[in-house]
Amino acid sequence: MLDLTPKEIIERKGLRINPCKTCQPVGAIYAALGVHKCMPHSHGSQGCVSFHRMFLSRHFKEPAIASTSSFTEGTSVFGGGSNVKTAVKNVFDIYNPDIIAIHTTCLSETIGDDLNTYIQQMEIPEGKIVVHSNTPSYAGSHISGYFNMMSGFIKYLAKNTGVDNGKIGIFPGFTNPGDMREMKKIAKLLGADFTMFPDTSGVMDAPMTGNYEMYPKGGTTIPEIIGLGDCKKVLALGELTSMEPAMELKRKCEVDFDCLPLPIGIEATDAYVTVLSHFTKNEVPYALEEERGQLVDIMLDSHAHYDKKTVAIYGDPDTVLGITTFVLEMGMIPKYVLTGTPNEKFTKKANALFEKFGVTDCKAKASGDLFELHQWIKNEPVDLLIGSSYGKQIARAEDIPFVRAGFPILDRYVHSYMPIVGYRGAIRLVELISNALMDRRDRDCEDEDMELVM
Amino acid sequence: MDKRTKILDKYSARVFKNRKDHIIELEDAANAQSIAANSRAIPGVMTNRGCCYAGCKGVVLGPLKDVVVITHGPIGCGFYTWGTRRNKAKASDNGKNFIEYSFSTDMQEPDIVFGGEKKLKQAITEAVEIFKPECIMICSTCPVGLIGDDIHAVATWTEETYKIKCVAYSCEGYKGVSQSAGHHIANNSLMKYVIGTGDKAPTQKFSINILGEYNIGGDGWETSRILKRIGYEVISVFTGDGSYEEIKNAHTANLNLVQCHRSINYIAEMMKTKYGIDWIKVNFIGVDETIRSLREMATYFGDADLTARTEAVIEDELANIADDMAYYKSKLQGKKAGLFCGGSRSHHYQNLLADLGVETVVAGYEFAHRDDYEGREVLPTIKTDADSKNIEEMTVTPDERHFRLLLTQEKFEQLSKAIDLEAYAGMIKDMGNGTVVIDDFNHYETEQLIELFKPDIFYSGIKDKYIIQKIGVVSRQLHSYDYSGPYAGFKGAVNFARDTTMGIFTPAWNYITPPWRTLPTLEGKIGGEE
Repeated sequence: MLDLTPKEIIERKGLRINPCKTCQPVGAIYAALGVHKCMPHSHGSQGCVSFHRMFLSRHFKEPAIASTSSFTEGTSVFGGGSNVKTAVKNVFDIYNPDIIAIHTTCLSETIGDDLNTYIQQMEIPEGKIVVHSNTPSYAGSHISGYFNMMSGFIKYLAKNTGVDNGKIGIFPGFTNPGDMREMKKIAKLLGADFTMFPDTSGVMDAPMTGNYEMYPKGGTTIPEIIGLGDCKKVLALGELTSMEPAMELKRKCEVDFDCLPLPIGIEATDAYVTVLSHFTKNEVPYALEEERGQLVDIMLDSHAHYDKKTVAIYGDPDTVLGITTFVLEMGMIPKYVLTGTPNEKFTKKANALFEKFGVTDCKAKASGDLFELHQWIKNEPVDLLIGSSYGKQIARAEDIPFVRAGFPILDRYVHSYMPIVGYRGAIRLVELISNALMDRRDRDCEDEDMELVM
Repeated sequence: MDKRTKILDKYSARVFKNRKDHIIELEDAANAQSIAANSRAIPGVMTNRGCCYAGCKGVVLGPLKDVVVITHGPIGCGFYTWGTRRNKAKASDNGKNFIEYSFSTDMQEPDIVFGGEKKLKQAITEAVEIFKPECIMICSTCPVGLIGDDIHAVATWTEETYKIKCVAYSCEGYKGVSQSAGHHIANNSLMKYVIGTGDKAPTQKFSINILGEYNIGGDGWETSRILKRIGYEVISVFTGDGSYEEIKNAHTANLNLVQCHRSINYIAEMMKTKYGIDWIKVNFIGVDETIRSLREMATYFGDADLTARTEAVIEDELANIADDMAYYKSKLQGKKAGLFCGGSRSHHYQNLLADLGVETVVAGYEFAHRDDYEGREVLPTIKTDADSKNIEEMTVTPDERHFRLLLTQEKFEQLSKAIDLEAYAGMIKDMGNGTVVIDDFNHYETEQLIELFKPDIFYSGIKDKYIIQKIGVVSRQLHSYDYSGPYAGFKGAVNFARDTTMGIFTPAWNYITPPWRTLPTLEGKIGGEE
C-alpha cells in the first residue's frame, strides 16, 4: 500500500498528490441541498455534476439531486446563456422545485459567463426563485463553495424589514446532518428561537418510507432565509467556513454575528451553549449539564488509554481545528494537523492551540495534501490517525489505528447520522478514539498480556 | 396510453421532441428498431452522463497501473477519479502501482490567467524526481482547452528532457456529448503512441488481448484465470490491471477479444487495419455467454487440443457452480429487472439475468451509440453531428513490419458465418417484445419506468441507487458492483446471483411500514361490556 511514497520529502510547487480537498462546486451543492425544495444547478459541463452527485451519494448513502447546464464545445465558445435558460425552464417544468441555486464551475468562470445578467433575462415562473453564486474550481476548496453558495442565498433573499423577528441565525458549518441535529437539539434545550442555515438534516438523512420524495421534509425554508435579515443575531460556527456568509448578512441586513469554533469538544461546546444562553436569557438546563458531566466523567475514566498519544488529524479546516482542540482537552498530542483548503488562518489557529495547551513538536499546514502527511508520518510516526476515508491507505501502509471523522467518509455507514459536535458528539469521539487504540492493544499484545478488564 | 407515451407525457413540447426518439417500445425486437443515441443531453434534465474527461482519464487511462496520469486542471477532476472506480490492480514486476495515487496540477487562479504550462512542466519534473516513472500521461480538464495550454508540446518536452514516454490527451469535459468522446480520444492516442512500440513476442501459441475489460471488482482477473486455464496467453488487457509495459506489445497478439464494445471498438478496428489482428465480440458476463465466447475463440483458432481443453474447462467450471446456480435460480425465477448502465453492461447483464430466470423488462445505456443498440450493421447509416465531428476519427494504414493475417480471406469469411467475427448485433435483438429501451435515461424517466414496470430489482449507478431504493425497489450498482464482485465468468455468475438474491430478500424490506400504520390506534372496550 502506497509503496511508492518515499520518506524523503522534496518541496513540491507543481504536483498535487493525494489531495485533501476538492473543488468549490460540490460544497455549493451541499449548501443548496440544505435549503427546502431547492434544486442545486451546476453551470458547466455535465461531468462536474455527475462527479458531485456520485460523491455526495457515496458519503451520505442518500440521493443527491442536482441539474446541469450540460455545456458542449459550442457552448464553451458562445457562452452558456442559452443553456442555463433552457435548463432553468426544464428544471421548473419537470422537477418543480421552489428555488434553483445555480453555481458556476471552472469552465463557466473561465469563459466569463455573467449569471447576474442571465438570471435577469430568464423567464422564471411566478412564485419561483433563481439564485446564484460564483464558485470557480480553481480557487479555494469545497469549503469556499459551501460558504459562497450560502452568501449567494443571502445576497438574493435575506431582507431586513426593520422589525426584528427575535430569532438567532445558526450557521452550522460544513457538517453532517447528525451534527446539525445535535446543534439544533442544544438550541432547543436552551429555548432559542432559531433558524439553522443551511440545514441538511431531514434531507441527506431522510428516512425510508417506501415513497421517494425529491424534496424531503428537511432544509431551511425560503421564508426562513429571507427572515435571516431580521434575526437579532447570527451565530457563525467555524470561522473559516461560516464567517464569510455572516459578514455578507451583516453588510446587507446589519445583523450582528458572533463567530465561534465548531462546537467540537468541551470548551467549544461550552461557548456555544453560553452564547445561546445569553441570547435567550435562559439558564442552561439540567439536561445539558448532565451531558457535560457525563462527558467529563468518561474522560476521567478513560484517559489512561489515550493520554499523550500522538495523533495526525486531516480534513476540512474547521472540523480539523475542532477535533484538534478536543484531543488536546483529552490530553493527547495533535502532532500533525493538516487541511487541503488554502487558508493561512488555519495554521495560525492551530499554532495558537498548540501554544495554549503547551504542546511542542506539533505541525500545522494549510494547502497540504495526504502524500505529504504520509511522508511526515514516515519520518516521525503517530499513534492514531483521524480524518476522512482517504486516510485509510496511510493507516494500512503504516499500520496506524484509524478513526473516521469529517468529509468524505465513503467506506462506512451511519457516520453521517451521528454527531461529533456537542457533548454527545464529544462522548462519541472519546468512544471512537479509545476503541481504536484499545482494539489495537488487544490485537497486538501477547496472549499472556491480554486484558479482560481495561 | 402505451408505456412510451406515459413516460413522455409530462414533457414540454421541446423536451418531448428531443426525448421521443430516445425511447422505444419494442414491437419487433428481432429486427432492431431505430433509436436516437449519442446526441446532446438536454440542459436541466438530470442526465446520468458524465463528461469526456471521465471517459478518457476515469475509464480508459485510469486503470493503467504503471503510468503517472496527471490531471491538468483544478483539483476536483483529479480528486473524483481517485480510487472511486474499483479498477483493481496489483503492482507489476517493476513494483510500480500508481492506482493508489492521485496526481493533479491543482490549477489556481493565476494559472488560469497566465497559463498553466509552466506549472504542468513543474509537476512533471517533480513526478519524475519522486517516482521515476517509465510513462506519464497528461489529461486536460475544461479550463485547459479554453486558455489554450499546449499540453502536447509539454509532452514532447517531457520526452526530450527526461527520455520517458509522455502522452497528452485533450479530453476537456465539454467535448462530445458524454464519456464516449473521452473513450475515443484515449483509444486514438493509445493507438498512435503506445501500441506497437514494444517488441516482446508471445511465448505461447494462442495469444490474445482483452479489450474493454477494466477489472472492476476483479472481473478481468477471473476472465484471465479461465483463459489461462484453457491455455491462452494474455498479452495485454485494456486496461484493467493493465500497464503501459504490456500494452506496448499488444500488436503481437493473435486475436483481440472485445468485451466492452462501446469504449474500445476503435482500437479493435484500428488494430485490424494496422496489424491485421482479427477481433471477436466476447461477453464473459453470464454463464451461457461465457461458454459461447470460449467456444467461439476455440473455433477461431481451430485447434483440436485447444477445443478439447475449452470443453474440459467449461465442463469443470460448470460442475463447480451448478448447485449454487440452481439454488439462486429457484429464488429468482420469474423476477423482473430494469438495467441501466454505461455502454455495454446493460446488454451483457441481460444474459446473466436470463441464466437466472430473470426477465429484463426495461434497459438502456448512458452513453452508447446506435450500433450498441441496433448492431454494427447500422454503422454506415449513422449521421455524425456537430458534437461528434470534433472528435478525431483516426485513419491508420497497414504497418509494414508488423502486419500479418492469421486467417486467409476465404477462411475469415467462412468463420464469419459461424462466430461473431468483427460483428456485434447490439442489445435490442436480445430483448423481448413489449420491453422498453431508453437512451440517456434520466432521473425523471427512471421514476416513471419503475412506476410502469414495477421491477423487482433495478440495476443502475450510485446517482440513482438511493432514489430507486427510496421508492421501494432494490437497486444494485453495475458500475461498482456495490463493492462486491467479480461478476465475470462462472464463479462471478454465482457472486452476482448471491448479491441479487440478498438484495431482493434482505429482511429490512419487511419493516418499511410501521405496524401502527395498519393497526387500529385506539384500544378499548365497547360500552356496557364487562
